[in-house]
Amino acid sequence: MTADRSGDGEVPAGDDRVSLAVWKFASCDGCQLTLLDCEDELLAVADRFRFAHFLEASSAVDDGPFDVSLVEGSITTADDVSRIHDIRERSAVLVTIGACANAGGVQALRNLADVDVDELRSIVYPSPELISTLASSTPIADHVEVDLELPGCPIDRNQLLEVLAAFLAGRAPNLPTTSVCVECKARDLVCVAVAGAEPCLGPVTRSGCGALCPSVGRGCYGCFGPAEAANTSSLVERLRGDGVDDGRLTRLLHTFNAWAPGFRDQPVAVADPTRSGR
Amino acid sequence: MTQGSDDRRIVNTGALARVEGEGAMRVEIVDGELVAVHLDIYEPPRFFEALLRGRSYTEPPDITARICGICPVAYQLSACAATEDALNLIVDGQLRALRHLLYCGEWIESHALHIHLLHAPDFLGCDSVVELANLDRSAVERGFEIKKIGNRIMEVVGGRAIHPVNVRTGGFHRVPTARELRVLRDDLVRGLELADEVVDWVAWLVAERGPAWNLDHELVAVDHPTEYPMMGRSIRSDRGLTIDVAELLDHVEEYQVEGSTALHARLLERGRYLVGPLARYGLAADRLAPRAAEAARRGGLGPICRDPFASIIVRAVEVVHAFATAIELVDAYRRPARPALPLPTEVELRERVGPGTCVGHGVTEAPRGLLYHRYRVGGDGLISDAVIVPPTAQNQPAIERDLWAVVERNLHRPDDELRRLAEMAIRNHDPCISCATHFLDLTVERS
Repeated sequence: MTADRSGDGEVPAGDDRVSLAVWKFASCDGCQLTLLDCEDELLAVADRFRFAHFLEASSAVDDGPFDVSLVEGSITTADDVSRIHDIRERSAVLVTIGACANAGGVQALRNLADVDVDELRSIVYPSPELISTLASSTPIADHVEVDLELPGCPIDRNQLLEVLAAFLAGRAPNLPTTSVCVECKARDLVCVAVAGAEPCLGPVTRSGCGALCPSVGRGCYGCFGPAEAANTSSLVERLRGDGVDDGRLTRLLHTFNAWAPGFRDQPVAVADPTRSGR
Repeated sequence: MTQGSDDRRIVNTGALARVEGEGAMRVEIVDGELVAVHLDIYEPPRFFEALLRGRSYTEPPDITARICGICPVAYQLSACAATEDALNLIVDGQLRALRHLLYCGEWIESHALHIHLLHAPDFLGCDSVVELANLDRSAVERGFEIKKIGNRIMEVVGGRAIHPVNVRTGGFHRVPTARELRVLRDDLVRGLELADEVVDWVAWLVAERGPAWNLDHELVAVDHPTEYPMMGRSIRSDRGLTIDVAELLDHVEEYQVEGSTALHARLLERGRYLVGPLARYGLAADRLAPRAAEAARRGGLGPICRDPFASIIVRAVEVVHAFATAIELVDAYRRPARPALPLPTEVELRERVGPGTCVGHGVTEAPRGLLYHRYRVGGDGLISDAVIVPPTAQNQPAIERDLWAVVERNLHRPDDELRRLAEMAIRNHDPCISCATHFLDLTVERS
């Protein structure tokens, strides 16, 4: 798809910047937009990183190899399966950015739907036979080795800058693995689950957003995905005890990280269409 | 790049850059005559409308935001408008004013992104904003400063710049205090001054480019009696169409073209039409804030602008309008007593809807044009049917028409120049391919 542009962005002699590539699969563009949203830092980033392939920002692209690839989006077509393998081969370091790339995204609701992909196709398109897609939406790590997964729907700007800075310094990025509850307490926010009886995924959701939802008085909806060693079933029991019915619980857990292990098997276990070959 | 055998010449470029999403473009020239122009959207389908079935009527603002990271507020507010319509909820007063302010933030952010990072490099022959910064660093820094203020508005009102967390059916989760909004004021005044400078800069870019184009599309935008189009309940065209939002699907037909995951749209018995800045300006220039009307005059715009290459000026004028409007909204803000209208209880909803379904229609103006949502909701509060008509699907036939005109008049040019012109003709309309899946490689075939 991009091969014909080769040569447009040849590395100028003496350019010793790190080559950075940004790739898009099934997604909303919001995570790569996060890089363009670094208004104060983007030109400084461009002093150290050369955008070797970043279609949303530049017409100049080269064929790699790339020092760092940022990958947004999930795998939903047969072509994309081969494309991600090709990108992996050309990338020294591959970082997935956001819930789509890490967990399949909101489009992975198809994996959990009680209708098959043919039905989904015919609901949206008058001529479904013209649309080619896989039965499931899967994370990048299901297909190739991933060096780092940056969470969020969308990712956090400061975490992205931390990853880039850490790469330049040759160190591991400092990313929290605690739950949203820790950030919520650190901000001195009133607990919306205890004080407001709002169903909140904060106890099982990875921190990094700054406890945004509790700060506006709503329960966390889990857009950063499951925290390390999250005990989701315990939270589910607690919410059931508070009178939240299973329909609502399922909808709460099954949004932007619906297919993430820890969320997808709650509140009831579901079959894995990628394994049953549906 | 040119390929081909003895009698056939194919010019081919890769994935279109500086647009949101993935697609390609193919131009076919036989015996020196243009025979076909196609936009091919290969952005993989995500089936939002199907996956919304069975979800609660309160979920579309959060879920449909994920259709587009560039204009999530547009999705959220069209979704709110539609779900509130289904429940006969009318969000007005300061709650509506806060939505208006939030939307101004998204227009500022999205337009500043498109003007500086995606579109302006075309006018100066640059590949990217980084290259543009080497030519004119202060113009780029000014653009970033404006963009950042837009994001700041979305953070203060919406809780987050991309996929705001604070929007809900009926209003907001939390309404900011008057003091929290007043903190924005100095930035908004500064932004208004910078936006005026941008109008002069882009007017110069367009004037340097050469003679104006005049492309003939029916212009369609949301209509509001007193406001420049952003939120409203009716839709108007420059050729006599005036309809209520509930009638939109009676007048718009979505159809499919092979090789594209995007649905195309046309007006029944009228054909292609154009939504977005040119349409809004053409239909409602008289409703711009006085400061923006003055900027439009300075930028050389008449009462109507049919030159897609001048759309960058209209976007800059809309940024002035958005800042002027935002300042007024902040100055007039009184914190509402409650953050949202109360939603019906389960029992009330069952009684109101009965055994069937209720239907709600919503329309707002995304930065790139009219965005329509329709939901059917059952007495259990669950969505049984969802229809979303995004701006780029509506604009695709008009963009193809523009491409045709631009390529046809420039057939004598070398392939590389032709490709750049064609890509620019597409970027003129700020297509959002992620939205449209339901959009772009340029292939030029010459024989």
